[in-house]
Amino acid sequence: MAAQGPHEDSTRHPRSAAGGESREAILRVFRGDPRGGEAKEYKVPVGPGMVVLDAIHHIQGYFAPDLACRWNCKAAKCGSCSAEVNGRPRLMCKTRLDEFAEGEIITVYPLRSFPLIKDLVTDVSRNFEVNKRIPPFAPKPSTEWRMQQPDVDRVQEFRKCIECFLCQDVCHVIRNHNKLGEFAGPRFFVRSACLEMHPLDGLNRTRFLKEEAGLGYCNITKCCTEVCPEDIHITDNAIIPLKERVVSEFYSPLGWLRRKLAGK
Amino acid sequence: MASVTVSVQAPGYGITQRKDRWWVEPLVQGTLFLILAGYSTWAAFQGEHYEFGPYLSPMYSPLLQPSWWPLSPAILILWVPIGFRATCYYYRKMYYRSFFLDPPACTVEEPRNAYRGESAFPFILQNMHRYLLYLGFIPLATMWYDVYLGTKFEDGFGIGVGTLVLFVNVAAISLYVFSCHAFRHVIGGNVDCFAKATCGKQRHAVWKASSRSNEHHMMFAWISFFAVVAADLYVRLGSMGYLTDIRII
Amino acid sequence: MENYETHRHDVLVIGAGGAGLRAAIEAKSQGASVGLVCKSLLGKAHTVMAEGGIAAAMANIDPQDDWRTHCADTLRGGVYVNNWRMAQLHAQEAPDRVRELEQWGALFDRTDDGRILQRAFGGHKYRRLVHVGDRTGLELIRTVQDRAVQLGVDVYMECTVTHLFKEDGRIAGALAYWRESGRFVLFPAKAIVIATGGAGKSYKITSNSWEYSGNGQAIAFEIGAELMDMEFVQFHPTGMVWPPGVRGLLVTESVRGDGGLLKNSKGERFMFKHTPERYKGQIADTEAEAEKWLTEIREGRPITARKPPELLPRDIVARAIYNEVKEGRGSEHDGVYLDISHMPAEYVKRKLPSMYMQFKELADVDITAQPMEIGPTMHYMMGGIRVDGDTQSTNVPGLYAAGEAAAGLHGANRLGGNSLSDLIVFGRRAGLYAAEYARGAKEGKIADASVDEAQKKLLAPFDRKKGPTPYEVHRELQDIMTGHVGIFRNEIDLQTGIRKLQDLREKAKTGSVDGGRQYNPGWHLARDLVTMITVSEAIARSALLRKESRGGHARTDYPKLEDAFAKTNFVAVRDGETVKVEGRPLPEWPEEIKKLMEEKK
Repeated sequence: MAAQGPHEDSTRHPRSAAGGESREAILRVFRGDPRGGEAKEYKVPVGPGMVVLDAIHHIQGYFAPDLACRWNCKAAKCGSCSAEVNGRPRLMCKTRLDEFAEGEIITVYPLRSFPLIKDLVTDVSRNFEVNKRIPPFAPKPSTEWRMQQPDVDRVQEFRKCIECFLCQDVCHVIRNHNKLGEFAGPRFFVRSACLEMHPLDGLNRTRFLKEEAGLGYCNITKCCTEVCPEDIHITDNAIIPLKERVVSEFYSPLGWLRRKLAGK
Repeated sequence: MASVTVSVQAPGYGITQRKDRWWVEPLVQGTLFLILAGYSTWAAFQGEHYEFGPYLSPMYSPLLQPSWWPLSPAILILWVPIGFRATCYYYRKMYYRSFFLDPPACTVEEPRNAYRGESAFPFILQNMHRYLLYLGFIPLATMWYDVYLGTKFEDGFGIGVGTLVLFVNVAAISLYVFSCHAFRHVIGGNVDCFAKATCGKQRHAVWKASSRSNEHHMMFAWISFFAVVAADLYVRLGSMGYLTDIRII
Repeated sequence: MENYETHRHDVLVIGAGGAGLRAAIEAKSQGASVGLVCKSLLGKAHTVMAEGGIAAAMANIDPQDDWRTHCADTLRGGVYVNNWRMAQLHAQEAPDRVRELEQWGALFDRTDDGRILQRAFGGHKYRRLVHVGDRTGLELIRTVQDRAVQLGVDVYMECTVTHLFKEDGRIAGALAYWRESGRFVLFPAKAIVIATGGAGKSYKITSNSWEYSGNGQAIAFEIGAELMDMEFVQFHPTGMVWPPGVRGLLVTESVRGDGGLLKNSKGERFMFKHTPERYKGQIADTEAEAEKWLTEIREGRPITARKPPELLPRDIVARAIYNEVKEGRGSEHDGVYLDISHMPAEYVKRKLPSMYMQFKELADVDITAQPMEIGPTMHYMMGGIRVDGDTQSTNVPGLYAAGEAAAGLHGANRLGGNSLSDLIVFGRRAGLYAAEYARGAKEGKIADASVDEAQKKLLAPFDRKKGPTPYEVHRELQDIMTGHVGIFRNEIDLQTGIRKLQDLREKAKTGSVDGGRQYNPGWHLARDLVTMITVSEAIARSALLRKESRGGHARTDYPKLEDAFAKTNFVAVRDGETVKVEGRPLPEWPEEIKKLMEEKK
């Protein structure tokens, strides 16, 4: 481990770490706050396997120390470094520079659906507010805490969610129609599905989903599924099954007839 | 290093920072859909040339011909498959994108601000999908029966190209129906704990199979649509005398 | 003095990883008003990076397992300088804490009969790690996060605590700034729990994120808390080495637990050469026996063979890898090979989904078909704030610490899986006793002058127009720690390192930052550097005094275990501006523990 050794030559610059490669990436990064802003262009030396987040760190370290961006794990496990790269909601730590053509300008913008704080950082706190309203896990009484893997598999897909909020960002109900709040958004349908389909949960959340979470606003255009970095099939496995549960509860013609006859 | 200035994205229809040709997919799918749907509407209203030898056009199955009905018999039944397709989760995605531009593509700005999605009329009717699925089993069954009838020629049992066309059609439609999200729900998706459910193991197996085919629902939706149109076209052209059926057996 | 917000709580928890959240849940359940402050968004803390599992002797797979074996494994892994009481409580309480997580909605992988599945890990005698594929940390943090939200804990996100205040020798509160606006916020509190993790960002190659800047240890140290066992730094044997951007990124120990083999460039399984005496009873000495173990694991059968040497504790494996590379048997990018491609592809994808993804997407390596290149990466600090084993209280009344920020449980080396269990066992205890303390305490008064002074210190870098940028100072710190206080240490290096750290502390004081106070990472780093340098100095000075090699502390000039240090913990105390380190006798093991170590060899 040369890099761990006591007398190692410190490689100060990704250019030299890259083994003499001289390719440069051109990034246009949004700089600004709610009062206004613009994209600024930076040229960053590219090393093998480099990702957009590495480039942003390079910009911070050498050109713009106050460039604001969120990040933590750098391994697509925490979901902090969400941004819009060339108009696509992506995790910067998973977006490799070598997927862009040489000389292609790479635009990096903050998530468009949330209020801007500064540069690449947006105020995502409303998502956490939505989360608070979801009725929590409520185990069935006298549960003996045995579960079978096939039952658990289904919910474990949803538990993979890293709360990057890319799905919330891309969803047009939030992005274009600004309905976050009356509409919970894909992330929180996934979380609701997680609770609803938990083999030992005893609560029914269909009324909540229909009336408070705005499940009906979703028109299943699947952008959330397209951007999910954890490859959760948000629409097919979470939202549509929830819609079907709402159908059983509220839109069944037989149920409707029964209610009519019962005079309710 | 900072030099070039780019303006911040302003809202407005079709605006996006995407650099790919995002409009290709909705355009192609929308156009194909219009062609297929256009042909189907035309064919349904014809009210003739739907029978050719032992073959019946799938658009007219089951063939209902009450004496008081003045229009094409297809109209009496076609509302079921049309309704089923119209409320299908895949087609919804396609036409919301291609025709309603809600949204035209991911991260592309929309033309309108007002939006109520499927929470209000008319799209709240999408919730009828499951019940249209139930009704849809009727024409599905009769179409299978039509394949059987398609083997009964005047000289007894046989298989013609038309039989195969009808078979492919109903097979494609079956794949489409059994990969349906609503079907997937009623077959097991409504169960949270298969371990404790009656026949849990079996239902889990069926649900898993349905889930796997559900991943290809879009493909089956298109194949079956093409198949229906092709089958009707085959019967129609044959009935009009433009082609002759070839007997294989 | 500018206006600032004030939020009062009975118990203030700093840090919202597993330990902080668990402490907050417990304190809240005790009826205390609880504030939880975290530097990132809720749920992003380092706990999400934990992959392998939670060590708890539930005996679901290997019925012979019990808390006594787990306790013995922990003490042996820690090379006998652990706080025995913590090792005992940890092993006793971990199974209950895991069951509790399940009752809050966590979904762990299952056995065929529907119980919680457990996997093998380094240093654990039996299959003990409760897990969800290789994303156990995410499951843990999401579960406690949801629980804390459900209970109504007040969460202050993206808020950095910079100072603690005492009154009459007792804790009185904390000062913080909002990262978003740069504005200050004061938290008067009767009790404070520090759960801020470690200080990995002082090293260049680390699996830790920017948050790991020793904040909690340093601010506690500032008001008189003691830092113990700081020389014990864990280098995880398996970090990614290529490409450069991901160097140091963690490769979970589960790869080895699920059958991964370590090989050098000659294809040798070099770990067979490195089994120390105290592990001879547990580790296979032939490839045939190791192969038998592998087959039993793969087929989920009862284990009869001894474990392969790849599953020795981390300190031993990390040093072995380092030596292979140094002696010219390394891989292309100065690592060695970790290979699991001999296992069925489906098994690998099911057991290690995120490793599969991580290598495929970031390194273009398909781990079901190719070996991974790996090397040691700074991962964890066994040392931290000295606490009481039962209550997690520090020597400052009202101040508590839990998780990686606290010292004691892991001794000289932590076993994989003992971290997540540490968080939930001692997070709970810290919250419980902090709430109890707060019930009997009066709110202290924080002097305006102290708040004013603290704020001035924080804003000083804005006033300097010239001077090194924080990024520059940070790179220098990482070079010093990696170069002089790294995986192998010696007298000269350590002394040079300490001198350089002192110079760097002065240099950091002349640093300047660009831009305004609003979400300014440069300014944030400038503050974090102060705490990183303090903690780094404590590490270096403690390392200088321990003239032996034990666990995570390896000296080339003293390569053996020395009896002279077997009963000593080194403790760093504040001495004006600098750090003074002194030896303290290790508490004597009670008969019960001695007996258990004899029995559970």
